[in-house]
Amino acid sequence: MRVVSDVVCPFCGCLCDDLELEIEGREVKAVRNACAIGEAKFLHYGKHERPRPMIRRNGELVEVSLEEAIRKAAEILAEAKYPVLYGWSSTTCEAIRVGLELAEEVGGVIDNTATVCHGPSILAIQEVGLPGFTLGQSRHRADVVIYWGSNPWDAHFRHLDRYSAFSTGRFQPSIWRRALARLLSQLAERRMLRVARRLLLKMAPAPKPRMPPVEAPPEVRKLIVVDVRRTRVAEMADYFLQVKPNRDYEVIQALRMLIRDYELDVDEVAGIPVEVLEEVADILVGCRMGVLYFGLGLTMTRGKFRNIEAAISLVRDLNARTKFLLIPMRGHFNVTGANTVFTWTTGYPFAVDLSQGYPRYNPGETSTIDILLRDDCDAFLSIASDPVAHFPRRAVENMLRHPLIAIDGAVTPTTMMADVVIPAAFAGVEVEGTAYRMDHVPITLKKVFEPPEGILPDEEILRRILAEVRRIKAEGVAPEAVALGAG
Amino acid sequence: MPGLRVVLVSGRTLYQGVWKEAGKTTEGYWEWVAQCRMDPEDMRRIGVREGDPVRVSTKFGSVVLRAVKSAEGPHPGIVFVPYGPWANVLVDPETHSTGMPSFKGVEAVVEAAPGEEVLGLRELLRQVYGRS
Repeated sequence: MRVVSDVVCPFCGCLCDDLELEIEGREVKAVRNACAIGEAKFLHYGKHERPRPMIRRNGELVEVSLEEAIRKAAEILAEAKYPVLYGWSSTTCEAIRVGLELAEEVGGVIDNTATVCHGPSILAIQEVGLPGFTLGQSRHRADVVIYWGSNPWDAHFRHLDRYSAFSTGRFQPSIWRRALARLLSQLAERRMLRVARRLLLKMAPAPKPRMPPVEAPPEVRKLIVVDVRRTRVAEMADYFLQVKPNRDYEVIQALRMLIRDYELDVDEVAGIPVEVLEEVADILVGCRMGVLYFGLGLTMTRGKFRNIEAAISLVRDLNARTKFLLIPMRGHFNVTGANTVFTWTTGYPFAVDLSQGYPRYNPGETSTIDILLRDDCDAFLSIASDPVAHFPRRAVENMLRHPLIAIDGAVTPTTMMADVVIPAAFAGVEVEGTAYRMDHVPITLKKVFEPPEGILPDEEILRRILAEVRRIKAEGVAPEAVALGAG
Repeated sequence: MPGLRVVLVSGRTLYQGVWKEAGKTTEGYWEWVAQCRMDPEDMRRIGVREGDPVRVSTKFGSVVLRAVKSAEGPHPGIVFVPYGPWANVLVDPETHSTGMPSFKGVEAVVEAAPGEEVLGLRELLRQVYGRS
């Protein structure tokens, strides 16, 4: 039995770096300090179905040698006129750097998962800037914490506990006792109402949820949640604003008006009573340091980057009265790193088109989903990502019209549908390297296990593909016709 | 039973994340991802109980999922489907020149689908994309 401490969790943008693993042989026996997802990541290590190097022939995936799979991938990319190289957010910055070199060599588009995640946030940040911060500031100083369109209970479980409302900071206490008491009382109240309704009041209308009363003492940290569903975090919040779907923009602009001391001539905005918005506006203006964490509830709904622009403008307005900061809740553990490496190499954070020999950036045109919807690309490489499981149907249908290369450590819908499969080692478990936390702090991932024999890290696979592409191009011989994709 | 007009929201759930890590070909992934979380009142309206199959349809596709009582209610008129291949059949691919499709806030119709089967991962991929 060996114990490895200070392991970095390679799951979400929180990059918790205090995990402790008990390991026996090649099996993780216990995981300490991780959330349920981080724990599952390590406990299931070694029990995954792992892909083998494969090439699709006559519609069937056939096992081949790793060299053959790499050669085939290189041939497809060298032959393609407009390939898309997509993924990158669950691998190391070192691998991403090689990926950019490969994209330049093959003259395609390189895009990371931000394109279907916080891409709109990046568009908005480029328009109006980002009053950002590091998570330590939030932990120690934030006395108002807002989660907007984000559900940390399910997606960033330890964010609350490490960086915001439930962390014990130097200047701010944790509010977990108050939040837990509120959650339990609300659950009990709901259960009682449900039972009462079932037994006694069968004909009565469903009870309407009440806004939780403000019990927080004025000087103590407050938690505000804005969501379309009453999530667990919403149950714990001092204020929960249940906004109607697709109408966050209106609420943000209403808050901006209230902060500027305008009056609203309506009773409610997107389902939220104006009195509640007024109370919230008072809390925002009255705080000493507020932070706004926003999630995909803003980027994926109507308005997209305009929602984020409005949110940043709200924070800007608040900064005229107090100190307020915001940060996107990044999903994949190194999506921030992907944006960063893309930017320092090409000048742009995602959706970079290198087909002209120089970087072009025009999301909406050079972004993966748009390219797929137009059916413009003629080959697709997916690395450290699973687009077949996470892209809309029409985009996947067009992706499958052309050769698809999948580089992944696990069997996923993408590796199942691919024409060339190259197995890779897991970054952060079998490969060390650099990843960027959601607040742009770089953290070194730990290597806990040696990868199985014959399984290479993403960086090495990409280097070999790049070398093979260069060899094919140097020979100037047209590679064998790529008769893949249709099957 | 007529269908109910709702707004579809897709997103991460804790167990979608946990089972994704255990492997997308596992039974657990299917169980936790091929589900439609509904407000209990909406379930009553279309006459389904916990675990019954429901058909969710949008302009972009239609898929059968298991109805699950939402723990995040009440949210009448909203159904929640975890991220994954099942939700992708339903979401709006249009990016409005931002690169981002609408994975949340899509108009949908949900109806009871007695006797219909919730497809497993491989069957779904085969039915939708013709290979698996």
